[in-house]
Amino acid sequence: MNAMSTAIRPYAEGFKSLEPALTRSAPAWLTALRREAFARFANRGFPGEREEDWKYTSTRPLEKRGFAPSLTASGAMDADVIEPVFLREMPVHTLIFINGRHTPALGTDGPDIAGLHITSLAKALQQATDKLQAYFAPVSAWSDDPFTALNTAFLQDGVIIEIDDGMRLEQPLQLIFLSTKQAQPGACHPRILVRLGRHAHATLLETYHGLEEAANLTNGYTQIHLGENAQLEHLRVQRESAEDFHVSRVRVAQQQGSRYVSHTLNLGGLWVRTDLSTRLEAPEAEAVFNGLYWTDQGRHVDNHTRIDHLAPGTRSDELYRGIIGGHSRAVFNGKVVVAKHAVKTDAAQINNNLLLSRQAEIDTKPELEIYADDVKCSHGASIGQLDEQALFYLRSRGLDPETARSLLIGAFAHAVLDRIATPELQAFARRQLAAVMQPS
Amino acid sequence: MLSIKNLHAKVEDREILRGLDLEVKAGEIHAIMGPNGSGKSTLAYILAGREGYAVTNGSVTYLGKDLLAMPPEERAREGLFLAFQYPVEIPGVNNVYLLKAAYNAIRKHRGEEELDAVDFLALVRTRMQLMEMDAGMLSRAVNEGFSGGEKKRNEILQMLVLEPKLALLDETDSGLDIDALKVVAKGINKLRSPERAILMITHYQRLLDYIEPDFVHVLAGGRILKSGDRKLALELERRGYDWVLAEAAA
Ligand SMILES: Nc1ncnc2c1ncn2[C@@H]1O[C@H](COP(=O)(O)OP(=O)(O)OP(=O)(O)O)[C@@H](O)[C@H]1O
Ligand SMILES: [Mg+2]
Repeated sequence: MNAMSTAIRPYAEGFKSLEPALTRSAPAWLTALRREAFARFANRGFPGEREEDWKYTSTRPLEKRGFAPSLTASGAMDADVIEPVFLREMPVHTLIFINGRHTPALGTDGPDIAGLHITSLAKALQQATDKLQAYFAPVSAWSDDPFTALNTAFLQDGVIIEIDDGMRLEQPLQLIFLSTKQAQPGACHPRILVRLGRHAHATLLETYHGLEEAANLTNGYTQIHLGENAQLEHLRVQRESAEDFHVSRVRVAQQQGSRYVSHTLNLGGLWVRTDLSTRLEAPEAEAVFNGLYWTDQGRHVDNHTRIDHLAPGTRSDELYRGIIGGHSRAVFNGKVVVAKHAVKTDAAQINNNLLLSRQAEIDTKPELEIYADDVKCSHGASIGQLDEQALFYLRSRGLDPETARSLLIGAFAHAVLDRIATPELQAFARRQLAAVMQPS
Repeated sequence: MLSIKNLHAKVEDREILRGLDLEVKAGEIHAIMGPNGSGKSTLAYILAGREGYAVTNGSVTYLGKDLLAMPPEERAREGLFLAFQYPVEIPGVNNVYLLKAAYNAIRKHRGEEELDAVDFLALVRTRMQLMEMDAGMLSRAVNEGFSGGEKKRNEILQMLVLEPKLALLDETDSGLDIDALKVVAKGINKLRSPERAILMITHYQRLLDYIEPDFVHVLAGGRILKSGDRKLALELERRGYDWVLAEAAA
């Protein structure tokens, strides 16, 4: 057997053992989709470093683990386990997933609000209505991404969130994904499907948390559709343990006048890859991408973002900042594409990095592709170290070096967190950052 | 209080200080003048503990302790304060936050209790009034976007809040308009007391109209070439430095 098939074998075995359960009483389209997705994955294999999108991130560490499918969680879990990542700053609806499986006993879920429809994906898959099918694009549309293929083949759980036209949801929805220690490290593939109707407003919070020694793979897929003039503030806090693997894809499609604001905080995990993209499909749609990645030890965090300006008068504003220490490595690749007829596009992208040690490494690549005239586009990247002058200034005022350093690092990070509009969410994000920067 | 003996220091293999001697006692005010590039700021930085200077000879004793052996934060906690010639801008770090952290670090070092937020703010407000500063400056980032004069005022505000035993003022008067100079001088005079000492680096004797020094020194070529009283500053203003250099060479 060659090396490629060695990497695929655990997944092939997993698929074979799960298939009867996955396909039992499932509609033909779903079974066909799963099989095709798995075949695509097996055929294509994991990405190689010669692929442009994977130039700086090798999937070898992930391949070596040979993750088996995660086991069904017991559902028994101490409430204080989720306490650190629970949004306690404001009232919230919470759904909790353990190793990818929805655990209703734990959340405060099932809010009975007219205009808000939350459906467990596990349930929806059992019923497998035609309406569900509409959420799944044909394999050919994403077959170049092996992780999306894996997610589709192994799909077992997740959530569908639908918000009716004109509905303004006051309370945020929080989805907490917990990775816990299993008999052997496992892979789970949660999927989040979100649809906001016209003029609907909502706040969505995804939190990925890992308990110590859980060395699992979470391979998530989030798909968001924003109707005309809909607004979504989307905060994603990824802080699994330093043993966990994390892959996520967030795909957004935006209609006219809609506004999507994303805040991505990568604060944990051993090996992390996040791909966030939006399509500004109709005039005046707007996207704001904020990101903060913090890496230490030998961790690896890769962020790929892509914004497609496909219609006139669309706007995007992106600020990603990284704090890279230890012998960790971070990757940022931000692509902005302005299609031919997307005149009057306004796009700004900035990536700033703070290197805290000589062994730390950052590969940053902002990319701008413009095919339209009359646009306003800018991008820039920087890599720097802590300002020695500022450090000395603070110390000369009596602050010890550790306090001075964390003050400067915090100041660098807060420029991103300051862009979270809801004060309670901002406080939550600051708390998450503080927890990893100064573990108590 | 401060005793500098035969201090030699290098920056990147260039000898900047070449045998500097200076004695400062509690209650005294000293002014240091001298040509550009003569080593005045270097001296101030070395006293405050900035890295990048190699002391090759000599000693500095502060309140009976070896100053050069202390890290910068310990010097600050022991009552030494440097008002920077070019105060550093620190985006994202709140001005009042820094003041409070500095104040409490010093109190903690002395074994005193930290002051709570309300009392601390009250203290800062009175000092700000004295410096005729707008309260809005407190919530801004440290020195960020401050005008040259505002930065200098902010340094003196910090000094008034931290109440150092030995204040080193590096060209605090440079870049100030006439009214601002009076305000800053008022702040410095406020600190004056028999227990404290002040070392002012300046190019202009005008400052000394407002803050009467006990001693005036000329630093040139990395050494104190001449010392005198208030009248020396007036003479320097009239005649420049050449005659001092010539006198020393003779
Ligand atoms: N980091 C450095 N690297 C190289 N040279 C330096 C460095 N710091 C200071 N110097 C040199 O040391 C000399 C003394 O500088 P210093 O700033 O102490 O002068 P000064 O007396 O304060 O001058 P001014 O009146 O212009 O403020 C100058 O020639 C300066 O260029
Ligand atoms: Mg100077």
